[in-house]
Amino acid sequence: MLNYILRRVLYALPILVGVNVITFVLFFVVNTPDDMARMQLGMKHVTPEAVEQWKQERGYDRPVLYNGAAAGMDRFTDTIFFDKSLRLFVFDFGPSDAGRDIGHDIRQRMWASLALAVPIFIIGMLTNITVALLIALFRATYVDVVAVVALVVLMSISGLFYIIAGQYLVGKLLHLVPISGYDDGLNAVKFVILPVLIGVVGGIGSGSRWYRTIFLEEIGKDYVRTARAKGAPEAAVLFRHVLRNALIPILTGAVVVLPLLFLGSLIMESFFGIPGLGSYTIDAINTQDFAVVRSMVFLGSVLYIIGLMLTDISYTLVDPRVRLN
Amino acid sequence: MSSGASIRGGGRARRAARRLLLVAAALAGCGGRPWNDPYPAADAGANIVYSSFEERPKHLDPARSYSSNEVIFTGQIYEPPLQYHYLERPYTLIPLTAEEVPAPRYLDRDGRPLPADAPDDEVAFSVYEIRIRPGIHYQPHPAFARDADGNPVYRELSLQDLADIHAIADFAHTGTRELVAADYVYQIKRLAHPRVHSPILGLMGEYIVGLRDYAAELGRAYKELSAAAGGGPVYLDLERYPLAGAEVVDRYTYRIRVNGKYPQLLYWLAMPFFAPVPPEVDRFHSAPGMEEKNLTLDWYPVGTGPYMLTVNNPNRQMVLERNPNFHEEFYPDEGDPGDREAGLLADAGRRLPFIDKVVFSLEKETIPYWNKFLQGYYDTSGISSDSFDQAVRMGPGGEATLTERMKEKGIRLSTAVGTSIFYTGFNMLDPVIGGYGERQRLLRRAISIALDYEEFISIFTNGRGIAAQGPIPPGISGYVGDEAGVNPYVYDWAGGAPRRKPLDEARRLLGEAGYANGVDAATGKPLVLNLDITAGGPEDKARLEWFRKQFEKLSIQLVIRNTDYNRFQDKMRNGNAQIFMWGWNADYPDPENFLFLLYGPNGKVEHNGENAANYANPEFDRLFERMKTMADGPRRQELIDRMVDIARRDAPWIWGFHPRSFALYQAWSSPTKPNLMANNLLKYRRIDPAQRERLRAEWNRPVLWPLLLAFGLLFAAAVPAAIGLIRRQYRAPAAGGGTRTP
Repeated sequence: MLNYILRRVLYALPILVGVNVITFVLFFVVNTPDDMARMQLGMKHVTPEAVEQWKQERGYDRPVLYNGAAAGMDRFTDTIFFDKSLRLFVFDFGPSDAGRDIGHDIRQRMWASLALAVPIFIIGMLTNITVALLIALFRATYVDVVAVVALVVLMSISGLFYIIAGQYLVGKLLHLVPISGYDDGLNAVKFVILPVLIGVVGGIGSGSRWYRTIFLEEIGKDYVRTARAKGAPEAAVLFRHVLRNALIPILTGAVVVLPLLFLGSLIMESFFGIPGLGSYTIDAINTQDFAVVRSMVFLGSVLYIIGLMLTDISYTLVDPRVRLN
Repeated sequence: MSSGASIRGGGRARRAARRLLLVAAALAGCGGRPWNDPYPAADAGANIVYSSFEERPKHLDPARSYSSNEVIFTGQIYEPPLQYHYLERPYTLIPLTAEEVPAPRYLDRDGRPLPADAPDDEVAFSVYEIRIRPGIHYQPHPAFARDADGNPVYRELSLQDLADIHAIADFAHTGTRELVAADYVYQIKRLAHPRVHSPILGLMGEYIVGLRDYAAELGRAYKELSAAAGGGPVYLDLERYPLAGAEVVDRYTYRIRVNGKYPQLLYWLAMPFFAPVPPEVDRFHSAPGMEEKNLTLDWYPVGTGPYMLTVNNPNRQMVLERNPNFHEEFYPDEGDPGDREAGLLADAGRRLPFIDKVVFSLEKETIPYWNKFLQGYYDTSGISSDSFDQAVRMGPGGEATLTERMKEKGIRLSTAVGTSIFYTGFNMLDPVIGGYGERQRLLRRAISIALDYEEFISIFTNGRGIAAQGPIPPGISGYVGDEAGVNPYVYDWAGGAPRRKPLDEARRLLGEAGYANGVDAATGKPLVLNLDITAGGPEDKARLEWFRKQFEKLSIQLVIRNTDYNRFQDKMRNGNAQIFMWGWNADYPDPENFLFLLYGPNGKVEHNGENAANYANPEFDRLFERMKTMADGPRRQELIDRMVDIARRDAPWIWGFHPRSFALYQAWSSPTKPNLMANNLLKYRRIDPAQRERLRAEWNRPVLWPLLLAFGLLFAAAVPAAIGLIRRQYRAPAAGGGTRTP
């Protein structure tokens, strides 16, 4: 397995370089270093000298990817791309274009994102699996029909609606939890109850329907028939046999998103005033803070690659037939 | 037996319910307080004002911060020498840390004194000598900490010293010291520091003697120092580099020397740009490793003001707390007529500030903010268009009153016409719409009449604004209201109010311009104009459609050239825009700050200035040059009136509107007078925390029955499912014909 992981890490390097190149090209197609400087320096009384000085200080006065004026390797190394990318590979994100240390901000914001995303992920998955198993238990009955219709309705409603309706009902009318805000440590609990509830309810429609499909596919297989023929109760068949065998597709979807939980949820964090990483990236795009954008894209890519590796590894845990070679 | 079991069962259920409620109460923070209270229980009943910020401030360094969302913090912490009187109108400058508002001394080219009424061309320099009050002290800060021998505790910090330091509060020792004139001079020098990037360096470089060369000198010195240290940030000791335009006279006096006359300097002296920065604080924050921990002066302001920043987490919360070393300052005991009746002098003569702490929470969306305001968790609120109808009713004459719901809560409304202008500009360099010939002038005037800004204000701003008659907003000296102030090219005075000229008049002007019925008489082609804009949301779509319809009234085809912000800025800089929308917010209450937007040498394309329309009228420019150095008075007003008339005749802008800001205050807030120039208003605010606590509890009683109902329904739904499951389990083997083993 170690060999496999090493190989995957080596494969990841060119992928990360590629992602970086694409990020650079896309960003600088839309924004020039002059635009970035003007955004940071403000709108009033900005002189061309100040713009030049800002660019020079941050190394944005050089070509983006290729320096035709330089000689030898400097053509590639004396560029914004090389200067800004190299440090990323040792996770040294440096300062943002506004001057704040990006690593510090990420470390600070990541906990808020996790405080929201982890409960939504765990409770959501358990709820979806339970609901899907119950529907599978009552398959081909009116319960199944009504439940599927309800799930389709739930998944058709916009996530924003759940947020606004949840805040209105639970926070504003019933006065049960704060409408928005955040605090550190255990004090965060009262702030995340509502977004977690909304996140779980908002995800039931699509999640349960997906799991129901998986379970129904498993239920039709021979080993289930054998279990029933041996007299196993229906609940035992579902929870002991079907669930275990359905874990591979469930894991495929679940483990890959595990590392991405760090990156948070933009809308949820924005509406609930939760200072996570979701809004960090969008704020950076809005303020044309390229240093933050490239760091977050890089981090997202790394986490995604880790997620894929974890998925592969998890297969070996739930299915002994799978070997990583 | 069964009855006993039932009683026990009931007791168990009650205990369980009680535990559940206790857990819920614990989650909510404490017992007896509203469950939805977002603030810590320890702060209940405290003298704290709760506010919010929508996006994190970029800079808190007084040499850099310029945006309103930054000045809300820096304005309470830093104290420039002057401030605006809280109650008096028109806006009046009064001393803050200075002993008096300085009067300039004029000198000729050889340094000889000139009389106060010397002509502009004879005045080579103006000298402002500012004497500050002794006995003012800085907030506690580690940079001031001294050991038993009087040496700074944290003078030479190493990376190792900072290993366990993550915030300023982590330093064990703090100290203070008296404010001295040298701190003000140091800050003026900082405007030219190559790493500070002060937005006013370019502007001040024109006025403060030697500042431009000083910036170049510091740039060279910094480069050398940085190179000697192997690159990267280094500390540049500005005390080693004298600046001719700013010098210390004695411990409490300093002198600023400007080129020629620049009376507007006094207004700048009321902004944080000219607040004091102690050199030792700058040195402290420049220590290696500080920047990596975000412990910079840009994030940890240090001042003598009524408040100090004690929590600085721009990702979540910023907290200002009372500065224990704040000097004596008292609530004004005089105001305008009507202020006493409005309760604005109830605190006259009382020592400032009144509030102990101000908590700013990050609140990015307007809906949660508004709902929390209604629950009493914010003390003031603006009104977004989403919640406007809930809060305000507009009368037929445009007067705003609160809805019954707001009145029941005791909420008060405060409105003020902003010292800002939002206008539609014509690019005067454009061959069709620009230029100074009669044809182009008539075309612009026709469009000015057709573009019905009263309708725009009513539809898109909920009536919050007044149509502008010229470039100067109300509240700024030089503004003329009523009939004398009406723009005669666009309005008639009828029934005691300005009335937009009829559309027929616009059509007539269009015909005279050679575009009758929207067709160019010279070419026979329809007149097509372009509106360059940055728009994205659905509400923008309606706005753009409105614009198109306004031009259609004159049969002019309007092409909307929607683009992203960067491209739009490029177009403006290169002069490729034709018609555009722009705005300006006053830096200070002087007409120069608005009329300079039409001054030729400020043209955006040629001079990279703020004159976005690239308007250049030699007569206007001549009058501007005379007006800008004059003191307010009839002579100056005469020049302003002439300039405004020239601009109205040339019509480089459709004058647009001045926005009217609406603010809501909770019942427990003291009466407040809008002051759009001052940025240090928190010290005048007072609240009644006991009343707030009582009303919050009353407004936020938890409603539990829907929760119990939901649990009941869930249980009711689970019972048939459970029964069905049990039946199925027992039926399945039988259906299969097998036998069941126990």
